[in-house]
Amino acid sequence: MRLTGAQALIKSLETQGVEVMFGLPGGAILPVYDPILESSIRHILVRHEQGAGHMAEGYAMVTGRPGVAIVTSGPGATNIVTPLSNAYMDSTPLVVVSGQVPTGAIGTDAFQECDITGVTMGITKHNWLVKSADDIPRTVAAAFHVATTGRPGPVLIDVPKDVSNAQMDWYWPSSIDELDLPGYSPVREGDPVAVRRAAQLMLSAERPVIYAGGGVLKARATAALRELAERTGFPVVTTLMGRGCFPDSHPQCLGMPGMHGNYTAVTSMQRSDLLIALGSRFDDRVTGKVDSFAPHAKVIHVDIDPAELGKVRRAEVAIAGDCRIVIEELIEALAAAGLDGRPAAGTGQPGATGRPGTPAADRPALDEWWEQLRRWQDEFPLHYERDEGGAVKPQMVVETLRDLSPGDTIVASGVGQHQMWASQYWRFDHPDTWVNSGGAGTMGFAVPAAIGAKVGRPDRTVWAIDGDGCFQMTAQELVTAAAERIPVKIAILNNAYLGMVRQWQEMFYAERYSEVYLSPDLPDYVLWAEAMGCVGLRVESSEEVAPAIDKANQIDDRPVVIDFRTDAFEKVFPMVPAGASNDAIVVHPEQDRNLR
Amino acid sequence: MAEGARHHILSVLVENKAGVLARVAGLFSRRGFNIFSLAVAPTDEARFSRITIVVDVESAPLDQVVQQLDKLVNVVSITNLAPHEAVERELLLATVAVDPAERSQVIELVGVFGGEVVNVGADRLTIMLAGGPDKIDDFEGLLGTYGIVELQRTGRVALPKLTRAQPSIAEAG
Repeated sequence: MRLTGAQALIKSLETQGVEVMFGLPGGAILPVYDPILESSIRHILVRHEQGAGHMAEGYAMVTGRPGVAIVTSGPGATNIVTPLSNAYMDSTPLVVVSGQVPTGAIGTDAFQECDITGVTMGITKHNWLVKSADDIPRTVAAAFHVATTGRPGPVLIDVPKDVSNAQMDWYWPSSIDELDLPGYSPVREGDPVAVRRAAQLMLSAERPVIYAGGGVLKARATAALRELAERTGFPVVTTLMGRGCFPDSHPQCLGMPGMHGNYTAVTSMQRSDLLIALGSRFDDRVTGKVDSFAPHAKVIHVDIDPAELGKVRRAEVAIAGDCRIVIEELIEALAAAGLDGRPAAGTGQPGATGRPGTPAADRPALDEWWEQLRRWQDEFPLHYERDEGGAVKPQMVVETLRDLSPGDTIVASGVGQHQMWASQYWRFDHPDTWVNSGGAGTMGFAVPAAIGAKVGRPDRTVWAIDGDGCFQMTAQELVTAAAERIPVKIAILNNAYLGMVRQWQEMFYAERYSEVYLSPDLPDYVLWAEAMGCVGLRVESSEEVAPAIDKANQIDDRPVVIDFRTDAFEKVFPMVPAGASNDAIVVHPEQDRNLR
Repeated sequence: MAEGARHHILSVLVENKAGVLARVAGLFSRRGFNIFSLAVAPTDEARFSRITIVVDVESAPLDQVVQQLDKLVNVVSITNLAPHEAVERELLLATVAVDPAERSQVIELVGVFGGEVVNVGADRLTIMLAGGPDKIDDFEGLLGTYGIVELQRTGRVALPKLTRAQPSIAEAG
């Protein structure tokens, strides 16, 4: 079958099982847009290429399938650099197709020419400049293989216009061997000797903590993690990228560690004698000052990326492998080494001390540890000052949203205070329901990511919890959502500030507020929402919070934006100051007295 | 050889494709790894090239450098050569300004080191020397007393030593 390169590209995407792609056409990619008219793939026309990239990320994060975006050369391609960088940091599988000027014009500074493979070399898992139409099916198959296997990540395929227009004979590679990837072979199984050593360490631990990250979600290892946790009776912390990989309502879940983690999660790691790091990477926002992080803990580190092992913290046992497979191997090794096969407590029944989640009698060694953990939980729960009748508290908005929305609601967020409150106060009981920008910290992520998530899971309610600063960066994609009838819901926690920067200036720069004020009503978010084809609502008092959310939850035919006017002075607590030890955790001022 | 402790040789087999060197060099620069020297050439198999990198292991743990390199899709394999386990060679070309009185001294020096005068001018000589890094360093130092006009070193290439029983032979040439 003779096809043009463009037809072969679209047919390759179809063959790869792509159902939807996000993009915006332009000169160099024009040939590829023609066969889209006949394609089974749904194309969502974005208003800015950054939106296409974040939508593809949101789609990928909730479906586990690679997100696909398509853009033209030059500025089209550079506009998607931020999403590529974001996906690289958070290990999200993306396949981005970019147009390129014709082969003969490459290197001449042609109109809309940009060396995008050069630009994205350091922020993609791999990229390809396709030089011949014959290479297209093989390159597309290789791109999906690389994006989705091993540690997932973004890839980019740059297609010059003459390659799109050239003729080729259609084929589809029949096996991985035909993909021309002699240097690519990700690991999967863990080293059995290391797994047995890990099991031995786990059996003798007195203050163990399972430190579960985004890799657990990527590996579809949530059921395995739950089994491991329940069999061992070990507490579990879930990182910002791992929220939802172990249910927040499970009695063994301690919640989120890190710079804005809760006191118990942070302190449990500091006092731990064994950290079992599963698909987590000792990010600086989790460890604080590395030298004083978890000083007494031995470390078992499981990661599919061997380069993460020992990168930040030396591990007593380092296991390169797929999280799900290695956790299952660990469960077997623990059983073989004598751990009782019965699920331990932690399933809601009171344990030996009468506290939920305290391990049963078969793990008496952990009783003391659980008692300590429960004391910390009692003394230092997440806390904010409830001010009925006063300014709307952003934490209260998140709690009300959580309580009034279905349990499996997908929550997207931008970056800043609102993101931390969302992560702290939402109850993540289901995997793949939290869509945020962790590693890169990309403001403006929430709106397009929520749209992509809703496209991937139209059956779910999708709320974006956004800040006013973030919203202004990518709000135009609500036009896309309205036009494509993608009914996402956006809660703007509008405190009229770049709130996290404001918080740092208040705490660490002697209240010298430099360039952080945004104004609560410029722009007018309600009018803006309406202009973009959305329903716009405004909430100015605490009593209006619940009714507005109820109203928004009933709208299912168009996007909704709620402008919550929230307390500008509210800060995120707890907080570990940047560069400080986690032992220097700052709790809410009202809890200070509880610290010795 | 003081640098032995700081430097490590990685012999990296890569796909012989456009942009691969940029990927390797870019990885070193963005991760903050220092390259001491680098040599690239095709191998006996046209699909592959070999990059010999002398890495400054004080800038990052060697294992981290190897693991990050190994993640590059175009990197096929990495052989880690500790200095005492490798045969290393480098080539030096230097043009030296010599007045007639010194000319014979320089030619004698070249002879002692087993080098070669490859070009002769009225008041200049271009000299070539191949050898182990220490020898090249010594030669360069001695040559410095004669006024070096231009000097170029290739960077090292290396192969593993065949057996531990032959270190003196390996060092001799």
